[in-house]
Amino acid sequence: MCGSADPCRSKITTSGEGAVKMEFHLILLRYGELSLKGKNKAEFEGRLIRNIQQKLKEFPNVRITKEHGRMFVELNGEPSAPVMDKLKEVFGLVGFSPAIRVESKLESIQKAALQLVKNTNGIQTFKVNSKRANKQFPIPSLELNHRIGGYILANAQPIQVDVHHPDLTVHVEVRSKASYVYGNDIPGLGGLPVGSSGRVMLLLSGGIDSPVAGYLALKRGVELQAIHFHSYPFTSERAKQKVIDLARILTRFGGNIRLHVVPFTEIQTEINKHCYESYTITIMRRMMLRIAEALAKKNQALALVTGESLGQVASQTLESMQTINAVTHMPILRPVISMDKQEIMTIAKQIGTYETSILPYEDCCTIFLPKAPKTKPDQEVAEKLEARLDLERLIQEAVEGTEVIELSAEETDEFSYF
Amino acid sequence: MIYLDNSATTKTHPDVISVMTDVMNNIYGNPSSLHGLGVKAERLVEQARRVIAKKLDCHPSEILFTSGGTEANNLAIKGVADQLQSRGRHLITTSVEHPSVFEVMKQLEEKGWKVTYLPVDSWGRVSPDAVEKALTDETVLVSIMHVNNEVGTIQPIHEIGQRLAKYPKILFHVDAVQSFAKIPLKPKQAGIDLLSVSAHKFHGPKGIGALYIRKNVEITPLLVGGGQERGFRSGTHHVPGIAGMAKAVVLTEQQTNFLARCQEWKESFLDHITSKLQPVLVNGDVTGEGTAPYIISLSFPGLKSEVLVHALEEEGVFVSSKSACSSKLETPSRVLKAMGRTDQEALSSIRISMGYDTTKEEIEQCAEALIRVVPKLQQVVKVR
Repeated sequence: MCGSADPCRSKITTSGEGAVKMEFHLILLRYGELSLKGKNKAEFEGRLIRNIQQKLKEFPNVRITKEHGRMFVELNGEPSAPVMDKLKEVFGLVGFSPAIRVESKLESIQKAALQLVKNTNGIQTFKVNSKRANKQFPIPSLELNHRIGGYILANAQPIQVDVHHPDLTVHVEVRSKASYVYGNDIPGLGGLPVGSSGRVMLLLSGGIDSPVAGYLALKRGVELQAIHFHSYPFTSERAKQKVIDLARILTRFGGNIRLHVVPFTEIQTEINKHCYESYTITIMRRMMLRIAEALAKKNQALALVTGESLGQVASQTLESMQTINAVTHMPILRPVISMDKQEIMTIAKQIGTYETSILPYEDCCTIFLPKAPKTKPDQEVAEKLEARLDLERLIQEAVEGTEVIELSAEETDEFSYF
Repeated sequence: MIYLDNSATTKTHPDVISVMTDVMNNIYGNPSSLHGLGVKAERLVEQARRVIAKKLDCHPSEILFTSGGTEANNLAIKGVADQLQSRGRHLITTSVEHPSVFEVMKQLEEKGWKVTYLPVDSWGRVSPDAVEKALTDETVLVSIMHVNNEVGTIQPIHEIGQRLAKYPKILFHVDAVQSFAKIPLKPKQAGIDLLSVSAHKFHGPKGIGALYIRKNVEITPLLVGGGQERGFRSGTHHVPGIAGMAKAVVLTEQQTNFLARCQEWKESFLDHITSKLQPVLVNGDVTGEGTAPYIISLSFPGLKSEVLVHALEEEGVFVSSKSACSSKLETPSRVLKAMGRTDQEALSSIRISMGYDTTKEEIEQCAEALIRVVPKLQQVVKVR
């Protein structure tokens, strides 16, 4: 009963026409940037195909094929709309178009083109763009454009041809085995396929910025792991749950994500006890970087990623960054460094992390927040203050006590009730 | 005993009861509490919410849990009315809605709102044209049920949704209490902004339901307090009920041919009844298309619904007169009247409604019982 797409709808339709759903056979994929990569192309394509397969696992009939240097998702009866929703979350895809496959006969092509026009909402103008890869086909491209366009004009009212700025371009590709008819390009996320650029470690707080930074790093093809610093009981179970939820949202774009939850209570308590209040943030961040570096090395990650935006808060001035950054030689990627808060928020809303990020639970950066944090902390002062701490032991214990949570794109259900 | 009053309520599935018992025993924390027990209960609520969201093909944040269908309908309509009253004070609905929509409309009328009650045809169906024609600059909400609770008629929700898509400021509420988890309806596909569902209509527990509310739609809450459900519905979560509802949804998905088999049984039932009994009227779409196959509404002019119900009860068959909520009143069914039935016809209707646990034998036995009972009653009151 649930498999059929609303059996009652067609029965009660009186006009008939509006309810005819177009059947797409395949989705044509575009992945522009990859073609620039020369000899690495095959590897990138392989990665992209694996990522798409992973993403479309819930559609068992779907097959990904390559032909004439193009990539297709063969739907084999699976619905096109939810498949495309998934493709919109795959980095490395520049765009895609659902296509109808018909036999290479003029009449069939015309009918498919007309169906496409009728099923595309809100269009007033169109043009036909034919390509004849199979030169055996008797009608040359230009004439084919005219004959398909004429057929559409005669059968779909009211619509006009506009060859310069059409609302819809009807693409027709005539090949020997079959012909393809498809409409406008639906933009994809662009970027590089996740996993093609090596592994990074994202410092993930519960805030708005760090999930966005993670997303942007994923866009450039990294494989993501995340670190969260948890200061129970100063930060609650809910703050941790929020970070797990944020990381899980990122799995939509990044596939599986390993989340490291570092016990941070003792370090924060020690810093608070032994260091000047105005330096607690600086030293806390230095500790975080040291632990992140250790975990990165342990997990073969090549760089750290943070959600720092220049000048946004005291620890994100250049002076602060310099003092904090000094503890590691590992590259630190800061994808949102030049973005305004508003820009970051816009992306957060797009990717669906915003609603979770604004939940009001304290994280380790907001507890023990000094009244007047140093905006230009001095490296030597920081080092002197840190000399009062048993750095090596604190870091080692934190790394050893780290809890590892494996998150995958499928919602892992905790309760087996349903 | 043959229970055929599944549109009033269904028998709670034993697996639903097990889940609820287990939750009451083990996951008794308050989802709003800060500690681990609370967080665990919250995670359970969120997992259940994902189940409901998946069924409606929406985002989990678009699902609000309520105490049931009545609250969901009240919240949707009053919530929108209060939120949008500065934009206009006109509402559109139909003359065949469930009381939890109809009476809310009446209440709002008393408060100065203008309400259009659209007529229906003899099968109980509203016309999408009529909906569009009734729109004014003042209209803020259109509320139309999916499946009618008395006769089973399916309203052309997709077509109405398509028409309303041209007026993005006008919200569209659908009472899907009688169809959810039975007849697929995806709010996003159908252009629906708010949609009410209730758990006990598909073998879930009573006292729990949900309202789908499309992202970015703002409504004024009916209940304020602790700010649960994103502030739209305060009150401690009914955790066992929520879990039970999700379980019931999952259980319905394990049955694949519910509609098809109901349709088959309904057709042979009607053939049988109409060949053996006179006079009898089948209410709703007589072609059998566009009506929920699990609801059968019949009128036996001259007899009274109540008498029929009791006579069938003596035979061990439990059916309903009109909807459960209005069956205690001795007035002709408002719904049947709206469909053009006479008072006599509208006073003599019974509703036979199937659930996921209904069997073919039960429907056949119900027909036999009717064939035994009706002629006797007709003789007594001298219908023939």
